[in-house]
Amino acid sequence: MNSPVKSKTIRRKLDLRNGRVDMSHGSGGRAMADLISGIFREALANDLLDQGNDQACFPTPAGSRMVMTTDGYVVSPIFFPGGDIGSLAVHGTVNDLAMAGAKPLYLSASFIIEEGFPFADLKRIADSMGEASRQAGVPVITGDTKVVERGKADGVFISTAGVGVVPEGIALSGEKARPGDKVLVSGTLGDHGVAIMSSRENLSFETEIVSDSAALHTLVADMVATAGPAIRLMRDPTRGGLAATLNELAHQSDVGFRISENDIPVRPEVAAACELLGLDPLFVANEGKLIAVVAPEAADALLAAMRAHPLGENAAIIGEVVEDDQHFVQMTTGFGGGRIVDWLSGEQLPRIC
Amino acid sequence: MKYVDEYRDGAVAADLAKAIAAEVRPDRTYAFMEFCGGHTHAISRYGLEDLLPENVRMIHGPGCPVCVLPVGKIEEAIALAKRPGITLCTYADLMRVPGAKGESLLKAKAAGADIRMIYSSLDAVKIAEANPEREVVFFAIGFETTTPPTAVALKAAEAKGLKNFSIYCNHVLTPVAMRAILDMPAAPGEAPIAIEGFVGPAHVSTIIGMEPYNEFAEKYRKPVVIAGFEPLDVMHAILMLVRQVNEQRSEVENQYIRAVTREGNVAAQDLCDEVFELRESFEWRGLGAVPVSALKLKDAYASYDAEKRFATTTIVAADNPACECGAILRGQKRPSDCRLFGTACTPETPMGACMVSSEGACAAHWTYGRFRDHQKTARRAS
Repeated sequence: MNSPVKSKTIRRKLDLRNGRVDMSHGSGGRAMADLISGIFREALANDLLDQGNDQACFPTPAGSRMVMTTDGYVVSPIFFPGGDIGSLAVHGTVNDLAMAGAKPLYLSASFIIEEGFPFADLKRIADSMGEASRQAGVPVITGDTKVVERGKADGVFISTAGVGVVPEGIALSGEKARPGDKVLVSGTLGDHGVAIMSSRENLSFETEIVSDSAALHTLVADMVATAGPAIRLMRDPTRGGLAATLNELAHQSDVGFRISENDIPVRPEVAAACELLGLDPLFVANEGKLIAVVAPEAADALLAAMRAHPLGENAAIIGEVVEDDQHFVQMTTGFGGGRIVDWLSGEQLPRIC
Repeated sequence: MKYVDEYRDGAVAADLAKAIAAEVRPDRTYAFMEFCGGHTHAISRYGLEDLLPENVRMIHGPGCPVCVLPVGKIEEAIALAKRPGITLCTYADLMRVPGAKGESLLKAKAAGADIRMIYSSLDAVKIAEANPEREVVFFAIGFETTTPPTAVALKAAEAKGLKNFSIYCNHVLTPVAMRAILDMPAAPGEAPIAIEGFVGPAHVSTIIGMEPYNEFAEKYRKPVVIAGFEPLDVMHAILMLVRQVNEQRSEVENQYIRAVTREGNVAAQDLCDEVFELRESFEWRGLGAVPVSALKLKDAYASYDAEKRFATTTIVAADNPACECGAILRGQKRPSDCRLFGTACTPETPMGACMVSSEGACAAHWTYGRFRDHQKTARRAS
């Protein structure tokens, strides 16, 4: 973290129960050091972070290809069923790396905190981030904090970066889908978006649905081990859901998709909530699901490998890549007719990640 | 999903499709209008067109309240929301609709106007109660289905003694609009109105009942089958319409018996009668000025009437003259016949009523069905 201060030299306890972040916690002085050591350093502890430098220095495997990603998290509400902004920031960034088929190595995190934000909430977020990072085995090795005046942010925003290494022989990319390839999803769609929606204060609406927020890199590792170069591409369908992702890929690969509504896994409670709210689960965000496009001959083996992993037990083959210069995503509806699954016009849900 | 999936069953749909195919006469065509956007949405979203014989054609009607609201009304609402001290509450699907200069409520909100998306008319009352220093205006739109909730909100505000709550009333009437479509003169050189029957409104009919449609069966000799919004309801209603046409009957039939009664919701009707009265005329996007087709607050409730309270001025803004919405609503043209369709006019940049919301004829075709145009072109080419 910036302005490193050994936790042994200065250690004054923050009032974690009633205290709040004020402008002095961003001023580079002692208050900031207390905030960093009292909340972040403890929650995110690891050897590289503990060195307390403004950057982290780490070895890289010789000759390997690296991937890097960056992401911002502004979700509202900050705490939601199944997660919070802290765990979401870890999972989202790990997943962006994993979608390259990579093994994620390290993360960075930058916190923009609104004046008046309670220490207790900040600690809860940092602890959750630490827990998610330890579970994933991907440490946060450098970070930064800034405090902005009340009204200039909404509680806390987190910005991350991540790096990872890509195994030999794997080169996934959005332009690689070819007609005849199969399309797989790793599980039920729409859980995250509906969990966020149901926890919004202006909706008197209760469900048992929790966000699917999860780090997918171990699932990806199993998939890569099984199907290797037969996997053309992977992507996590976050904002805009399956629909946005398939439309993006159709343009990138200059193809079309044909999918079957009956094969797309959606939890009945998510379908019911979407029905009430006038949403379509295909357009709702996910934070722990991936889409894979794979050569047809490897599809069954890949599906079996995905189903053998706890994060892929509801995986399914939902359709295939077709030739189409219009780049349409066509779907056979459960009713038996056909339709397009188009880009979303406007927004379905505000600030979901 | 219990009580919903039963009405979306693909196997039952296949049986109904077979029945329709068996009963249509191959030597003639059938053209029915589904008035409501809810039906248009079901037809498009579930791909019903693929289940119907080629000689059964569905004409998508104007029954989408967002679509038929003239641009001028959006401009008035934006102007109102920009006044100091005003909080404008409205249903979410109005937020994106662009005004004449491309401004929308969403953009006005981004520029600092206090505009709130609400899910229930009573949320507007709650906002007024919680913010006594603000003038809270409920931008009320919709057909007979959303009219009673507006009346309920007004009564709730009255009971709470709120002085800072008012209604910008833009409620419109379904049967009057159906009559306007049937009475619309065809443009020179155009064929007469093609509509041979109506899939009648679902939710509107739960309020107004069956009687108001009698004139279409009796005077215009057009069968009406009131139908639910689920895709099987629509298929069933189409079968019933085909039978009426084949038997040369024109009756008001009720497919939606699980929700619609002959007399409708009398309590809701009484409440609306108490609060609202007819306007002399109202401008509809796509249909033009239609006499006695809309409601306003009665004088007894003038203090809740935003038009009176804030002396709103009527803004008239015409649609693009190349827009074919009128002919599309009459069933004389299809969305793809309009040269603006998919070029200047898309759901992101709607030029006419039919493109404004996903329930409009053009937006539904663009969003769900335009692949069929390319299939047809490809078939012709090969």
